[in-house]
Amino acid sequence: MQRIGVFVCHCGTNIAATVDVKSVAEALGHEPGVVISQDYQYMCSESGQNLVKNAIKEHNLTGVVVCSCSPRMHENTFRKAAAAAGLNPYLVEIANIREQCSWIHKDIASATEKAIILGKAAVAKVHLNAPLTAGESPVAKRALVIGGGIAGIQTALDIAEAGFEVDIVEKNPTIGGKMAQIDKTFPTLDCAACILTPKMVEASQNEKITIHSFSEVTDVKGFVGNFTVTIKKKARFVDETKCTGCGLCTEKCPMKKVPNEFNMGLDNRTAIYIPFAQAVPKVATIDPNFCMMMKTGKCGVCSKVCSVGAIDYKQEDRFIEQKYGAIVVATGFNPIKLDKYDEFAYNQCPDVVTSLELERLMNAAGPNGGTLLRPSDKTHPHKIVFVQCVGSRCDDSKGKPYCSKICCMYTAKHAMLIREKYPDTEVYVFYIDVRTPGKNFDEFYRRAVEQYNVHYIKGMVGKVTPRSDGKIDVQASDLLANEQLHIDADMVVLAAAIEPDKTARPLATMLTTQMDTNDFFTEAHPKLRPVESATAGIFLSGACQGPKDIPETVAQASAAAAKAIGLLVKDSITCNPCVAHSDELMCNGCSSCEKVCPYGAITYIDKEFKMPDRTIAVRRVASVNPAVCQGCGACTVACPSGAMDLNGFSNNQIMAEVDAICK
Amino acid sequence: MQVNENKEFQPLIVAFCCNWCSYAGADLSGTNRLNYPSNVKIIRVPCSCRVNPMFILRAFQRGADGVILCGCHPGDCHYTSGNYFTRRRMTLLFSMLDFLGIERDRTRVEWVSAAEGAKFAATMNEFTEAVKKLGPNRRLEDLRCRKQ
Amino acid sequence: MQEAMINRAKQLLADGAVNRVIGWKRGEFAYDITPAVFETAEELEKEFVYDDFTAANVSKYLVKESKKEGKILAFLKPCDTYSFNQLTKEHRVVRENVYIVGIPGGPKLDAEKIKAKGITGILGVKNENYTLKIDTVYGEEIMPFYEAILDKCATCKSKKHVVYDELMGEEGDVLDSNRFDMVEKLENMTAQERFDFWRDQLSKCIRCNACRNVCPACTCEKCVFDNPNSGVENKAPADSFEENMFHIIRAFHVAGRCTDCGECSRVCPQNIPLHLLNRKFIKDINSLYGEYQAGEDTTSRAPLNDYKQDDCEASIVHERGVE
Repeated sequence: MQRIGVFVCHCGTNIAATVDVKSVAEALGHEPGVVISQDYQYMCSESGQNLVKNAIKEHNLTGVVVCSCSPRMHENTFRKAAAAAGLNPYLVEIANIREQCSWIHKDIASATEKAIILGKAAVAKVHLNAPLTAGESPVAKRALVIGGGIAGIQTALDIAEAGFEVDIVEKNPTIGGKMAQIDKTFPTLDCAACILTPKMVEASQNEKITIHSFSEVTDVKGFVGNFTVTIKKKARFVDETKCTGCGLCTEKCPMKKVPNEFNMGLDNRTAIYIPFAQAVPKVATIDPNFCMMMKTGKCGVCSKVCSVGAIDYKQEDRFIEQKYGAIVVATGFNPIKLDKYDEFAYNQCPDVVTSLELERLMNAAGPNGGTLLRPSDKTHPHKIVFVQCVGSRCDDSKGKPYCSKICCMYTAKHAMLIREKYPDTEVYVFYIDVRTPGKNFDEFYRRAVEQYNVHYIKGMVGKVTPRSDGKIDVQASDLLANEQLHIDADMVVLAAAIEPDKTARPLATMLTTQMDTNDFFTEAHPKLRPVESATAGIFLSGACQGPKDIPETVAQASAAAAKAIGLLVKDSITCNPCVAHSDELMCNGCSSCEKVCPYGAITYIDKEFKMPDRTIAVRRVASVNPAVCQGCGACTVACPSGAMDLNGFSNNQIMAEVDAICK
Repeated sequence: MQVNENKEFQPLIVAFCCNWCSYAGADLSGTNRLNYPSNVKIIRVPCSCRVNPMFILRAFQRGADGVILCGCHPGDCHYTSGNYFTRRRMTLLFSMLDFLGIERDRTRVEWVSAAEGAKFAATMNEFTEAVKKLGPNRRLEDLRCRKQ
Repeated sequence: MQEAMINRAKQLLADGAVNRVIGWKRGEFAYDITPAVFETAEELEKEFVYDDFTAANVSKYLVKESKKEGKILAFLKPCDTYSFNQLTKEHRVVRENVYIVGIPGGPKLDAEKIKAKGITGILGVKNENYTLKIDTVYGEEIMPFYEAILDKCATCKSKKHVVYDELMGEEGDVLDSNRFDMVEKLENMTAQERFDFWRDQLSKCIRCNACRNVCPACTCEKCVFDNPNSGVENKAPADSFEENMFHIIRAFHVAGRCTDCGECSRVCPQNIPLHLLNRKFIKDINSLYGEYQAGEDTTSRAPLNDYKQDDCEASIVHERGVE
């Protein structure tokens, strides 16, 4: 027999002014199973909670209904109070008679009547509440960071610093990411390599960090605290453990006409290559698409010159499997392809470049050794036009609807650096708005305009036309002066929008994490949980979550690390007990539930059942992993037999509430 | 069905609200003191996708005059995709009820975010009015459950 | 056909390729046909029937039969293959344990339609150039063949076998059927007319559960209506309004899974056109979420277990059709 206690809160006058709390307590006292029904001025106060606790002990209550404010406010408070008094916290139900009754109704009679009905529904539900115990699941003390750019490196360093093993998986032959390609950083203009490469070295030397370069994640199984990840170590045809990175092979390789990705294809590299001098790991990689030995079987120069015998033309992809407690996604970004932007003649004219290409053109380790020259004729440009928002804030299908965020600042940086180094060069910047929120950002932009005399023109560039004399005709409108402009430029630099890396979408599927329509990973809460994904145990670092500059990326990387560390320090995690569970005797094994589960929490097992006729039958039945299930209940409706039910919101409980309300 | 003193028909409205958006939206309309009729009784569910068509039919059987289901806006589901399933399920269910001759205005799905307290109140006012116009639900009610 | 089927079945039994055969046998009357399992050549010789009355869809029986020891031979009509595929997709049958011989389908006959002509004491029938010759205890009667066929055959959707191990006879095609005509007719009535129509129909229900028991999509280990924890458990109708709940939920549970085999209406002793509920869902699914034929394959995602971000809103119901 149930012994239910009802506690009606006045909430000062918040409830009591519109709801006759005494008659609510009186009416609910007559409900079946209710042994005590009381009202009190502030139920959430310490003395109010004591009232509940004492009643639980005194009347040996089996269920508690608190008629008060929204359960979103104090459900936890009363659950804790119940637990303190020895009652399972999940035997508490809240009837919301403040937000959804006293605060919205003016008439005391109807508000009181409604409060009684809401109370009855809660009593009816609590009759069917079952004591629930949160399960525990162990945590593997190792983190995986996917992506080895500045975000991944920072996250890995912070996690390693806290004493946990971290693996970085980087798809390229070296870590470093986009930042390694950047020349200088805003707003301080210090050299990117000077601040990044020490971090790369630190990561490689940290004994807690394992770097899997030239590798990809191919499979993710499991759940928070307990992920099993398969990593493909792509064949680089060089034995990583033997190669010393001396670079002799790259000097001797006869195949020297391979477009150099690191320099954005602006110069060439050899078929066996080390992406750049400070690469980590500093290990050569053979590009099988260009290697003569791999293609024709004739050559073998690198193998001959390698004194340590690291070359292995027969190397194959290797797969390793590892358990992780937490996964941090740091897959970063790329500039969009500008093939669709014929108006800017990007494909037609080599002197129309993207900003990232300009970075390489200006970099001391770049194709021109740091001297800014036009790619077409290697002459010094005297007039450069920057075009902002190429593909950003775009409402057609060519570009992206969002602001890429970093372009305004790096363009100001480029303009300033060019004016500083080549005062004879005129620089024009066409912009829609200049967006410079950030510490010392606006000051930086104003320096570009005021001290360096960069011509900022509000307006869009309509057409870029290469001329036969080598100049580029830039047609644009000046919106403030309201006039059309023609500029005969030597170079045009396009601030291409940035987009998430192409590997992010398949990765999100593997991780069962959410993405927005632009393929940026979605955070669990845009304000309050910005570095966690909605899937427990998966964290977000850097531009994979949205466009970001370096300081923001590093801040988020450390935040993601902190969240991951917070998980890794636990020996086990407490699971939400309000999860789905399947009644094996009724389950058909039809797979409907699995199809609607966003978390991959449901698997099927073949199980032996003793049948009424004493035979043994093997049946396929659903099994819910309570550590993964988040308790949405989608499966309960997909299940035709009703075998799938949800703790805390069972079919019976909701039906009882419906009945109580409709009675 | 409730009959008050001036004999105006007072419909019984059952509102299923998802915990994360619509229930919070309902709380917000309370916090902002935005009135809607006391005819509306809210049942909290974790996600709109927890609402089984059986709950809705049961409510009608037991005398509800209108049933409204509120969830997060498509794309904003706390559980990623729950409300997308809800949308298909309820579209088909409501279409079936319509096919059986049940008045369309007795059922509704509305997406209400946690920030849309005003929308919640407005929706409930509107829905209650619409059901009021239809009069008592007699087509789907189980006569044995009628209050004496 | 019957002879050829028996011979093939005997051969497969003799080869040891299968150890049982599922087919049909006759009951007391010529039209009284039930699915049956045969284990020996003798049994086949004696009782196996395949004629104009063998309309029953045997695929549901394979839920149990395919889990037994050894392989079973199943003769499946085109419509039955859709059901079988759907069951395979839902892991309800063990495909490897069934040897499927695809056989040409109907149209099959509806004994009730013959009886409605005042013809009784039926002993057997013969279709001669679409004139049905009916042998009765009172002598021979005739009626046009197409006036005696089952409703479900009159609106046949496909003569194609979507799954089989071997085929007897010619393979057919998916048909351009008029199966949604009646649904459309109802949609064009007023709400009151629709309500009256269904009130008349559903109030006839005696909750014999024949529709549920015959339905190849209704194969739950335990039906939700028999489950005390479901909150809707009920055995027998005490009030006609109960039928609203039962039939709506049943149709909803098979929505996106129903292959439209028409068995529910065929077996209903009260002649309630239950298939119209299923077809309404199929029609809605086709028009709102794209053409979908349950059972056509074993891999596609069922429409109710799927979604698109730009699916229509439920308010579409308010915006279309007759109020």
